[in-house]
Amino acid sequence: MIPLYVAQFGIILAVFGLLLVSAAIMVYSERKVAAIIQQRYGPYLVGPKGMLQPIADVIKLIFKETLRPKGADRALFMLAPLISATAAFTAFAVVPFGAETDLFGLIDHKISLQVADLNVALLVLFAITSVSVYGIVLAGWSSNSKYSLLGALRSASQMISYELSYGLSLASVLVVANSLSLTEVVNAQSGNWFGFIPRWFVFLQPVGFFIFMVAGVAETNRAPFDFPEAEQELVAGYHTEYSSTPFMMFFLAEYINMVTAAAVATDLFLGGWHGPWLPEYLGWMWFLAKIAAILFFYIWMRWTLPRLRYDQLMTFGWKVLLPLAALNLIVTAAGVIYFGN
Amino acid sequence: MVTLDHYVMLSALLFATGTIGVFLRRSVITMLLSIEVMLNAVNLAFVAFGRSIGSADGQVMMFFVVTVAAAEAAVGLALVIALFRHRETLNPDMFTSLKW
Amino acid sequence: MGTELLLFYLFGAVALGASLLVVLGRNPMHSVLMLIVSFAALAGLYITLDSPFAAVIQIIIYAGAIMVLFLFVVMLLNAHKEDALVAAGAPMGAKPLYAGAGLAVVLAAELVWALVRAPQGSGGPMSGGASPDAAALESVRGLGQLLFTDYGFAFEVTSILIIVAMVGAVVLAKREL
Repeated sequence: MIPLYVAQFGIILAVFGLLLVSAAIMVYSERKVAAIIQQRYGPYLVGPKGMLQPIADVIKLIFKETLRPKGADRALFMLAPLISATAAFTAFAVVPFGAETDLFGLIDHKISLQVADLNVALLVLFAITSVSVYGIVLAGWSSNSKYSLLGALRSASQMISYELSYGLSLASVLVVANSLSLTEVVNAQSGNWFGFIPRWFVFLQPVGFFIFMVAGVAETNRAPFDFPEAEQELVAGYHTEYSSTPFMMFFLAEYINMVTAAAVATDLFLGGWHGPWLPEYLGWMWFLAKIAAILFFYIWMRWTLPRLRYDQLMTFGWKVLLPLAALNLIVTAAGVIYFGN
Repeated sequence: MVTLDHYVMLSALLFATGTIGVFLRRSVITMLLSIEVMLNAVNLAFVAFGRSIGSADGQVMMFFVVTVAAAEAAVGLALVIALFRHRETLNPDMFTSLKW
Repeated sequence: MGTELLLFYLFGAVALGASLLVVLGRNPMHSVLMLIVSFAALAGLYITLDSPFAAVIQIIIYAGAIMVLFLFVVMLLNAHKEDALVAAGAPMGAKPLYAGAGLAVVLAAELVWALVRAPQGSGGPMSGGASPDAAALESVRGLGQLLFTDYGFAFEVTSILIIVAMVGAVVLAKREL
C-alpha cells in the first residue's frame, strides 16, 4: 500500500530524528549519571527532574554570538564542524536496527530497518570513521591558535592509531560471521546454545569485544582517552575557538559518534535486535536497551577512570592493543579453520 | 550509454592534468600531489578495463597500485621534511647543486 | 540509461575539475583538500563500475590515510602560498616547463583522438549492469581468492614493501640518527 521509496524515505527521516533525540538524551543522562557518581544532584531546575535541560542548552548555544578568530581561514573554519557532523550522521546509515518487517502488510515489500543495506557495510563504516579525522584536523589548523593546533594534532594521531585495532577487531568478526554485510552478521547471532545462552559473538570473541570497546572509546575521544580535550592542559583542544552553532555541531558529532559506536558494537558483538521474550518485529526495543547499556558504560568510565597521558595513550594503542588485535585475528582464523563453523 | 571509451578518455585527461602539474609547479608538495593524480588516473583505467572483461583482476591491480602509492607517499614526504630542514624552502630548483 | 550517463558526467566533471584545481591552486592546503574531493568523485566512479571494494579501498587508504599524511606535512612545514605559478628562477628558464606542459596536452589530445577513431567493437555498455560477471566483480570473496591465489606472490612482496617504506620514512625524518 505504501510504496517502497516512501517507506525508505520514512526510515531516513526516522533515523535522523532519532539520532538527534538520542544526542539530547545523552547530554541529559551524562550529567545526571555524573551527578549520581559524584554524590550530588544533577540538573533539576529545568522541567521535572531537570529533563528539559538539553533544550535549555540548545537554546543557549544557538543564541550565542558566532566568533571567528582574526587569522582564521574563513572557508575551512566553517567547513570543519560540518565535516565532523556529517561523518557522524552518515556512519549510522549502514547500521541496521531491526529485523525485516513490512508493518503487517502496510508496505509493499519487506524492508530492513536500515537506511542502506550494503553488502560491504563493515568496510563503509571503517571508511567513514577514517573521514571523520578531517573535521578535527581542519578545525585545529584553521583556528590559527596554538591550543587548537596541538589538540587537533594529538587527537588526529590518536584516532588514526586506534583505527588500526578497530579495523582488526572488525576483521575478526568478519572471519567468524563470513560476511561483510551487517545484516548478515546480526542474523548469524540468532538462536541459542543449550537453550539459554544466546549465540552472541561476545561469547565467541571476548578479546575482540574488549578491543573494540577500547578502540571505540579512543576513537570518539572520550575519557580515559580524552587528553586532546583536556581542560587542564589544552583549554579545550581543537574546538577552543568555536562558539555557538559550530561548537554545537562538534558537541553533537561527538555524542552521535558515541551512539554509532555503541550501535555497531551491539550489532557486531551483542546480537543486534535478537532477544528473548519479544517477537521479532519488536526487536528494536532490545536494540535500544543494549545501546543504552553500552552508553551507560561509556559514561561510567568517563567519571570513574583517570585520564591517560598522551604518551601512555599512544604506547597503549601501538604496543598493547595492536598486537593483541592481530593475535586475536590469527587465533580466530585458526579456530574457524579447525572447528569449521 | 556509457562505454569503456568514456572511462578511458577521462583517465587520459586526468593523467594529462597530473603531468601538467608535475612540470609546471615549483613546490615539492604540489608535485607529489600531481603524481597522486596521475596514479589515480591509472587506477581508473585499470578498474574500467577489469569491468569490461568481467573479471576482478582490475580491482586487484588497483589495490596494488594504491598500496605502492601509499608507500611512495610516505617515503616522499619524509624526504621532503628532511630537505626542508636543510634549505627552508620547498622549491626543487634550490636543490640543484650536490654540495650542501 | 540516462541516469548512468548523468552519474558518469557528474562524477567525471567533479574529478577533473578538482584535479585541475589541485594543479593550479596557490595554497598547498587547498590543493590537498581539492585532491580529497577528487578522490571522492573517483570513488563514485568506481561504484558506477560495479566495484564497491575498489571504491571503499580508495576512501579508506587514499582519502583516509595518505591525505592525512599530506595534511600533517603541510601543517608541519607551514607551506605558504606560492607567489607565482611558475617560478622564473628555474635553472633553464621557464620555457622548457611550458613545453613539457604543452606535450602533456598533446598526449591527452592524441589519446582522445585515437579512441574516437577506434573500431566500435571496443565498448559494450559499461555501467548498465549488462556484464555477465557482475556478481564476480562485486563479490569481495572472489577478489580475495584472486588476491591470495593468483596474485599471492605480489601480495607478499607488497607487505615487504610497506615495511621497508615504514622504516625508511622513520629514518629519513629523524633529526639525528
